[in-house]
Amino acid sequence: MEGRIHSFQSMGAVDGPGLRFVVFMQGCALRCPYCHNPDTWDFSGGKSYSVEEIVKKVENYRPYLKKGGVTLSGGEPLYQGEFVLSLLKALKEKGFHTALDTSCQVLDAYTDAILDHTDLVLADVKVLSDRFLSYGWSRKRAEAFLDKTKEKGVSVWFRQVVAPGLNDTEEDVKALSAFARQYPNVEKIELLPFHKLCLEKYRSLNIPFPFETVDAMEKSRVDGLSALLKDGLLYQ
Amino acid sequence: MNQWYGFQQGVWQDQINVRDFIQRNYTPYTGDESFLSPPTERTEALLKKLDALTALEREFGGVLDIDTQTVTSLLNYKPGYLDKDKEIIVGLQTDRPLKRGVNPFGGLRMTRAACKAYGYELSEKVEQEFLYRTTHNDGVFRVYTDEMLAARHCGLITGLPDAYGRGRIIGDYRRVALYGIDRLIEEKKKDKVAVGKRPMTADTIRQLEELYQQINFLGKLKEMAAMYGFDISLPAQNAKEAVQWLYFGYLGAIKEQNGAAMSLGRVSTFLDIYFERDLKEGILTEEGVQEIIDDFVMKLRLARHLRTPEYNELFGGDPMWITESIGGMGEDGRTLVTKSSFRMLHTLYNLKPSAEPNLTVLWSQDLPEAFKRYCAKVSCDTDAIQYENDDLMRPRYGDDYGIACCVSAMKIGKQMQFFGARANLAKLLLLALNGGKDELKNMQVGPENPPYEGEYLEYDKVMALLDFYRPWLAHMYASTMNVIHYMHDKYAYEKTQMALHDTDVHRFMAFGAAGLSVLADSLSAIKYAKVRCIRDPETGLITDFETEGEYPAFGNDDDRVDSIAKEQIERFYEALKETPLYRDAEHTLSILTITSNVVYGKKTGSTPDGRKAGEPFAPGANPMHNREKNGALASLNSVAKLPYDCCRDGISNTFSIVPDALGKDEESRLDNLVSLLDGYFAKMAHHLNVNVLNRETLLAAYEEPEKYPNLTIRVSGYAVNFYKLSREQQREVISRTFHQVM
Repeated sequence: MEGRIHSFQSMGAVDGPGLRFVVFMQGCALRCPYCHNPDTWDFSGGKSYSVEEIVKKVENYRPYLKKGGVTLSGGEPLYQGEFVLSLLKALKEKGFHTALDTSCQVLDAYTDAILDHTDLVLADVKVLSDRFLSYGWSRKRAEAFLDKTKEKGVSVWFRQVVAPGLNDTEEDVKALSAFARQYPNVEKIELLPFHKLCLEKYRSLNIPFPFETVDAMEKSRVDGLSALLKDGLLYQ
Repeated sequence: MNQWYGFQQGVWQDQINVRDFIQRNYTPYTGDESFLSPPTERTEALLKKLDALTALEREFGGVLDIDTQTVTSLLNYKPGYLDKDKEIIVGLQTDRPLKRGVNPFGGLRMTRAACKAYGYELSEKVEQEFLYRTTHNDGVFRVYTDEMLAARHCGLITGLPDAYGRGRIIGDYRRVALYGIDRLIEEKKKDKVAVGKRPMTADTIRQLEELYQQINFLGKLKEMAAMYGFDISLPAQNAKEAVQWLYFGYLGAIKEQNGAAMSLGRVSTFLDIYFERDLKEGILTEEGVQEIIDDFVMKLRLARHLRTPEYNELFGGDPMWITESIGGMGEDGRTLVTKSSFRMLHTLYNLKPSAEPNLTVLWSQDLPEAFKRYCAKVSCDTDAIQYENDDLMRPRYGDDYGIACCVSAMKIGKQMQFFGARANLAKLLLLALNGGKDELKNMQVGPENPPYEGEYLEYDKVMALLDFYRPWLAHMYASTMNVIHYMHDKYAYEKTQMALHDTDVHRFMAFGAAGLSVLADSLSAIKYAKVRCIRDPETGLITDFETEGEYPAFGNDDDRVDSIAKEQIERFYEALKETPLYRDAEHTLSILTITSNVVYGKKTGSTPDGRKAGEPFAPGANPMHNREKNGALASLNSVAKLPYDCCRDGISNTFSIVPDALGKDEESRLDNLVSLLDGYFAKMAHHLNVNVLNRETLLAAYEEPEKYPNLTIRVSGYAVNFYKLSREQQREVISRTFHQVM
């Protein structure tokens, strides 16, 4: 079983609990205007790896991952459902904590089994207000996926990229919090500041960067918004 | 003996055995840092004074004052004070704080040059005194062969301790406190009688003369203390005395010797026994204990040696390497962490971050969790500490070893080393390709051969050339070291420090290698990409390369190249072992550069990995800058593969990460740093410098150094105040890989 992989990050410290080995999977159908990994879009890009090869790589990092684990990110991992399932299965067999960083848009024959082998879903919840064109992301599809996580009792962290003028008001945070409250299995909400380190990537790929003129989000403002969330979850 | 009141009895009373004393008397501590005390008013007042002096020193261009009239030794200066009324622990190297003495025993020329560099002239008096005296430097140059001079000149071997004290010897300063000088003299006298019964060979005669000198200098140490109003003939009878006695031992050593690294050893847990006793007796409070430690550390921060600007290029930042090893586990499974391990680290808060003393945590998987976490916090807050793997060293050195300099382990008072500087392995490759000629100076250095022929480099041919030149380099290098240490023993023997060792010590000769990652990447490029030679049309020397295609680079946890690095270092070590050493020393090897990676780069032409002539190497065993594509842990894993058993003098790795990449908040940053250290050392890696800071901070400090007097960062094996580095070294530090969030 082989999957298309964009790259590996041996040390992820912000994608789930603890230190994590992050597998960036290749291919995504969404076109979020603030996406910072445009090089992961193309489904035919990246390199093929087998499950065994990846597990072997991860094994090299076992002593670091005692309080962390492995995160599958991308791209969108769920477009490679069959591969993701067998990778997660293999990782669980070896005793690793598994996290799945997803935009929650895919619900297919593999989803159930995938969630059975996932310890944590990092749910990338895109902007909820209608000021924003979702470029392929639908709240409805996300709800269907999140319902599944609820049904299976999988832990979920909501994550949202916050950009100036897009979703940086108190109202936006309130809406996100309200959405999260539909799911008792959501443990926290992380607001991630929009940054522009990806500008070079867009240029070298020759793809226009829709948010090129949007300012990077000040960290202090995101901290301020995060402070509105009690225990990182509920709107106070 | 009433000074030992309350201590558990043991063999330490019948023989000099500090370890036995520690094991029987110390109190392991597994709690957290909440007991620690802030600085007292007195400490803050003194610190203010010290800060003002160091600011002045900075304004004066790095040296506040030089006494050009007096040769430094134990008794040549009147007592000096920072503030006589306020100090708890007393003693300065000269009669005034930050005034530097001159120490021409290593070499007169260097002393002259150092005075000149700061606007002074070595006095006629000292010149006259040394007119008919042989220095270590004189001795060495009387013997150096043409080949050694050539290799030294072109930078194939560099940083040789042939013009100053070799250092890297740790006196067991604890012995002064535990036994008092009289007992130490008595034991040495007994040893002298015993050695006198051995066959009267050159070795025995030399040792007898050394013992005479040791006894003589123990006497001087006593006199030196008496000048400050203390009688150290007998053991210390309370904690304050224990620190003072121990410090006098160290002070005697740095008055006598200007060794490159003058390390302290492993004193915190030893001293803790005295603190515990005084706390129990009600003589001291926690505040009082911390105050003594703070005062002691302030004294250490005042220690200086006079160096030349050329020396500073190699070892930037005016370092002393007053390395104190903290923590670790005992052989019986109890932790050697005590409250005083915390207190020593806490000085970085009470006295603000600083490069000295060089605080080194001996990390074990079994350290108490609270201590691990506190260390991580200190790293995140100060960037001033380094970590070395106790689980790797303890089986080899026992549980009473210390670190000399950056990464050199030795049993305290039982082992010493002959510091061996380092050889430039990247340059060896270029020399091998050019038939023994230096690629920059076009001079014959090694055995003459026809240069490499053919347009493209072929791996097997290049390996064969390396296999020819490596043994030549190793033999020439080892021979050079033999010369240096023979002469150092003869003309600049460390009398005070060796008096605080067992009479029969084990000696290491610690060789070093620089440019390992450049060599490994170059060989990888030759093997996995295509490397074309570019020759200078006039000289015919290969001076540049063109690399076509990609190659796996060291630092990505890729066995294809990591195994090359491992193989090259193993072969170099095996080659070194072929040459017998002075005083039957044991061969060891380090992969450590200090800041000399900049100078090494300067002296090395373009290399097949794509590095251009003159560009810095990576420090120590680090992968080359910006070639790591798989993140921080992959880089750590590559370095962890280098085998400690052929690099017993240490494998230095410097790790810099921006706070955001370590975790979202302080809690997770501390957790993650602990996981990182646990993971790295579980891989049986040896050493890690940790910096948690943003490159922007360094850029700001580069622009306005005066605003960041306390900005401390870890470089290869030690910490420096950023402002004390040369501009070139600062730029190199800024350009290094900072692990970031993707």
